[in-house]
Amino acid sequence: MLWNSFLLALREIRRNLLRSFLTTLGIVIGVSAVITMVTLGNGATQAVKNQVASLGSNLLQIRSGQRMFGPPGSGARAPAFELADVAAIQERISGLAAVAPEISRTATVVSSANNWSTSVTGSSNDFLLAGNWQLAAGREFSKAELDGGQSVCIIGETIRRELFGTRQPLGESMRVKNFSCEIIGILVSKGQATMGRDQDEIVLMPIHTVQRRLSGNRDVSSIQVSVQNEGDIDRVKNELTQLLRERRRLEKGEDDNFNVQDTRQIAETLSGTTQILTTLLGAVASVSLLVGGIGIMNIMLVSVTERTREIGIRLAIGALEREVLLQFLIEAVVLAMLGGLIGIVLATLASVGLAGVMQVPYSFNLGINVLAFVFSAGIGILFGFMPAKRAARLDPIEALRHE
Amino acid sequence: MSALIEFRNITKTYGQGQAAFQALRGVDLRIDEGDFVAVMGPSGSGKSTAMNIIGCLDVPTSGEYLFRDVHVEQLDRNQRALLRRNFLGFVFQGFNLLARTTAQENVELPLLYRGESTTTREQMAAAALEQVGLTGWGHHTSAELSGGQQQRVAIARAIVTNPTLLLADEPTGNLDTQRSREIMELLASLNRDKGITILMVTHEPDMAEYAKRVVHFVDGRVDSDVRHRETG
Ligand SMILES: Nc1ncnc2c1ncn2[C@@H]1O[C@H](COP(=O)(O)OP(=O)(O)OP(=O)(O)O)[C@@H](O)[C@H]1O
Ligand SMILES: [Mg+2]
Repeated sequence: MLWNSFLLALREIRRNLLRSFLTTLGIVIGVSAVITMVTLGNGATQAVKNQVASLGSNLLQIRSGQRMFGPPGSGARAPAFELADVAAIQERISGLAAVAPEISRTATVVSSANNWSTSVTGSSNDFLLAGNWQLAAGREFSKAELDGGQSVCIIGETIRRELFGTRQPLGESMRVKNFSCEIIGILVSKGQATMGRDQDEIVLMPIHTVQRRLSGNRDVSSIQVSVQNEGDIDRVKNELTQLLRERRRLEKGEDDNFNVQDTRQIAETLSGTTQILTTLLGAVASVSLLVGGIGIMNIMLVSVTERTREIGIRLAIGALEREVLLQFLIEAVVLAMLGGLIGIVLATLASVGLAGVMQVPYSFNLGINVLAFVFSAGIGILFGFMPAKRAARLDPIEALRHE
Repeated sequence: MSALIEFRNITKTYGQGQAAFQALRGVDLRIDEGDFVAVMGPSGSGKSTAMNIIGCLDVPTSGEYLFRDVHVEQLDRNQRALLRRNFLGFVFQGFNLLARTTAQENVELPLLYRGESTTTREQMAAAALEQVGLTGWGHHTSAELSGGQQQRVAIARAIVTNPTLLLADEPTGNLDTQRSREIMELLASLNRDKGITILMVTHEPDMAEYAKRVVHFVDGRVDSDVRHRETG
């Protein structure tokens, strides 16, 4: 009987192909929106994780404040680091490959032909070591340049291309905000541009230069520490925490007013935001699924009224109440499931296409596809039940008389 | 002969209070298996009301209705549906075929609810269409058939399950005389050759001629009940 009802439903859907399609449109859009949002969101999260993972697993990042995205104010109250902290770390902790202080400011950089607004980072040669940067041309900063805070810079491939086009600008000058700066090195491209964050868009200067010319204070906003031996990471983390607590004069029992994160933690913190966004967008999209369900109920109610005579004939012939109910219910569910299937196909196409445009990895997410499909079937049942019940309850004589 | 149908003091009242209208006012009627009964009477005399009750589409307000000794007035909606499915066939005035559905599919419909297999359905429907003289018309939809042909499809649908009782409410009401006669011949032959009991409402005395017995309704009561001489 179930199979029969299924065949009847399919026959009915085929008979009204255009209307059936319009009926399911809401479900189609809802399902494809949910799946696309979640798939792309997960792709974005993955992209962030990949990017951080490419830094290597022997990296630690020290920031002022309790968490990277802590409650407002907690970061502001915590004092910044200073270069003395960096020196102390180098001196007191063993097994480190690089300790790079970091501070950055946005500034417009100008060549003879072009200008470009970007972020200028102040650090030391350790920055290149910690970040796995190779020089394509030129050299690192000299000791004199670092200590004296001279106007020299090393630029990334994107900056070179935007300002100088095809030219190799080694030894030339460019203007950064209001001072002129000699280009002494050009970095090998990392070639990973993900989620609007182009790693090759970088201008590196000695930290003293940035402090004096751009930030106007002696603060260091973060410190990158690269460990020689991956196995040492926990020890180094503990020692760093100990040392910084001492230097910042924290009492026993007082919370850290800084944080030391390894790459896995950095990845988690960063992907936390994209995940929240994914959930939010998914939730918004599932509202459209619900609206799609109401569309189905609407059309099914119209259909029951339109087919009153047919229902009368079926009842007169001896159809049971539950058979009529099942017929209309199955029709609604089959419609919803067809909508779900079309939605899944559309979502796959859209996700693959958009993932390419957004430069995030695409991976087929079985869970969300199954969930969206089951959900659409559930919506078919939920919103198909009322019209089906109405059909089954019709009085056969009244129904037969209906024009 | 055993009684197929027995009405004992059946009444039917529509509406309530002031608006109440008594369509049947105590009907006693007995119909034997194999009979062919024509029901006549002025408009509003309660013919259709009686047919609907006999057809288990409606229940009497009071009285007893026995179908093969089963008290139909005590059955619930589902039991009555099963009774219709297994013993009754309906032909209505307005043809009442499913729209945008082929003749074959229309005739198969009752078999679908009986859970017959596809091949059985096809064979039985083809046989029923043959009996009403529509061999080869199975794939036409109702819109492509004439009124007479549509009524034949409706009859095929009613007899495809080999019903015990065929109920026809003004089956020729929408047809011209020639077409009407063909339908009546068909009903008479079904009664004669297959032993199907037929109960038919008609306004036309010419059509009532085909029946073996004529029951007259007036004002919700049986006014006269005349048996023709057996005609063969
Ligand atoms: N559902 C209903 N509600 C109220 N009154 C009804 C209903 N059905 C029928 N009636 C009334 O009951 C009376 C008998 O109706 P019925 O349909 O049985 O007459 P009929 O003999 O079949 O007439 P006709 O020859 O015109 O078909 C009529 O007066 C009609 O108005
Ligand atoms: Mg009538």
